[in-house]
Amino acid sequence: MNRMTEEQKRYNEYVEEKAPKSHIVQDCIRAFWVGGVICCVGQLISQLLMLIPDMIEENALNWSSVILVFLGALLTGVGLYSYIGKYAGAGSIVPITGFSNSIVASAIEFKQEGLVMGVGSKLFTVAGPVLVYGISASIIAGLIYYIVGLF
Amino acid sequence: MSKRVGKQTVLMDKPVYITESFTCAGEKESQGPLGECFDIRLNDDKWGEDSFEKCERKMFKCVLHGCMKKAGIAAGDVDMVLSGDLLNQTISASFAALDFKGSYIGLYGACSTMAESMALAACLIDGGSAERIIAMTGSHFCTAERQYRMPLEMGTQKTPTSQWTVTGTGGAYLGGRNTGAGITAVTFGRVIDMGINDANNMGAAMAPAAADTIYQHFKATGTSPQDYDAVITGDLGALGKDIAFDLLLKRGVQCKDKLADCGCMIFSPEQDTHMGGSGCGCSATVMNGHIIPMIKSGQYKKVLFVATGALLSLTSSMQGDNIPAIAHAVQIEHL
Repeated sequence: MNRMTEEQKRYNEYVEEKAPKSHIVQDCIRAFWVGGVICCVGQLISQLLMLIPDMIEENALNWSSVILVFLGALLTGVGLYSYIGKYAGAGSIVPITGFSNSIVASAIEFKQEGLVMGVGSKLFTVAGPVLVYGISASIIAGLIYYIVGLF
Repeated sequence: MSKRVGKQTVLMDKPVYITESFTCAGEKESQGPLGECFDIRLNDDKWGEDSFEKCERKMFKCVLHGCMKKAGIAAGDVDMVLSGDLLNQTISASFAALDFKGSYIGLYGACSTMAESMALAACLIDGGSAERIIAMTGSHFCTAERQYRMPLEMGTQKTPTSQWTVTGTGGAYLGGRNTGAGITAVTFGRVIDMGINDANNMGAAMAPAAADTIYQHFKATGTSPQDYDAVITGDLGALGKDIAFDLLLKRGVQCKDKLADCGCMIFSPEQDTHMGGSGCGCSATVMNGHIIPMIKSGQYKKVLFVATGALLSLTSSMQGDNIPAIAHAVQIEHL
């Protein structure tokens, strides 16, 4: 971080005080119910899939994720997901549909720069950090699990 | 010859007339309170082009041709075009200047470009380096979003202090006949960093620069807010405007009822732009489409136009640097 002078510090405190704040309670309620609805839809999909003969639970859950990703992509493609996101904030970013939204939004945005250097290289500009740290964290968790299992 | 007074101010020897101005505004802007004021109003974000960048370019060309057409002159009659925009390497302004066969000077002053180009044009004309100049600038919501922020379809919330980049271009043809408005003095701002590093709070980053330039202008010209009908800032937004007012008051300048901001005028509260409009196009459209015609008609006798710019880039902002800001002032009088 940059070292700040006294004057800059005072100004930052003054701005902090004067700036309008986010409505935290309202934002949390919206995030909670929209996020909850998305999860319920996922649950509903997997329950319905379980009705298919010979469907085991693990496969039903995987298919349920695939369908949610598809729905997220579809809503992004028709331009609706940004409205949901504007209303729900974290409620629609955190579920898997939000991950799908971040990838499809980038794909739409960078199509103009071509399929290779545009879509190809920019597809994960937003979702990239989630993948990098998600995969890294799961490797570390796996190692810990393995080491603990040795004893 | 122009005369330099104070630390940063230049007084014109003879007023530099703002002969014509022309504006082109996007869909949302056209639906706003000033919609009627714009010469060309778009119905979509692309205007028949295949990318937002090409649309922005077309909007620049439209203003360039519009200024000349309104004034009834040909490209050969204009000596120079001074222009800039927000995109990397100012591609919109430069590519649009391909249509103009004379000298082109590319500028970068972020959102202060309208005042910067007008101030420079006035000095060049008053100093005899050129007779007729077109000063123009603009911005496009979609190109700015993709360069500085997130992909458009990303479902994210904007913070309460954020502003909405205006889709619009505006330009002024200076140095022709007197049609009622002229530039009599200009103040070139200095770069100021007050320690704000939140790219979603440009108003707070730019307000100190605006206050400083306004203060320097009053000091150098020996005037006070009471000598003006309005002091109009470029795109401080609601928060930035309040801060600039406070900062000026601290330095003993009372701007009550005089301070207005283009960013607060261009959208209505129902348009959900949080603190208001921003971008080069904000002051370019509001000044050229709304304020300058009011000066010409005599509703305003004397106006100080102060456009502000946040001089950040994506790289500086990602590396955690503060946001340096600048403001340039142009004093316009009814003549």
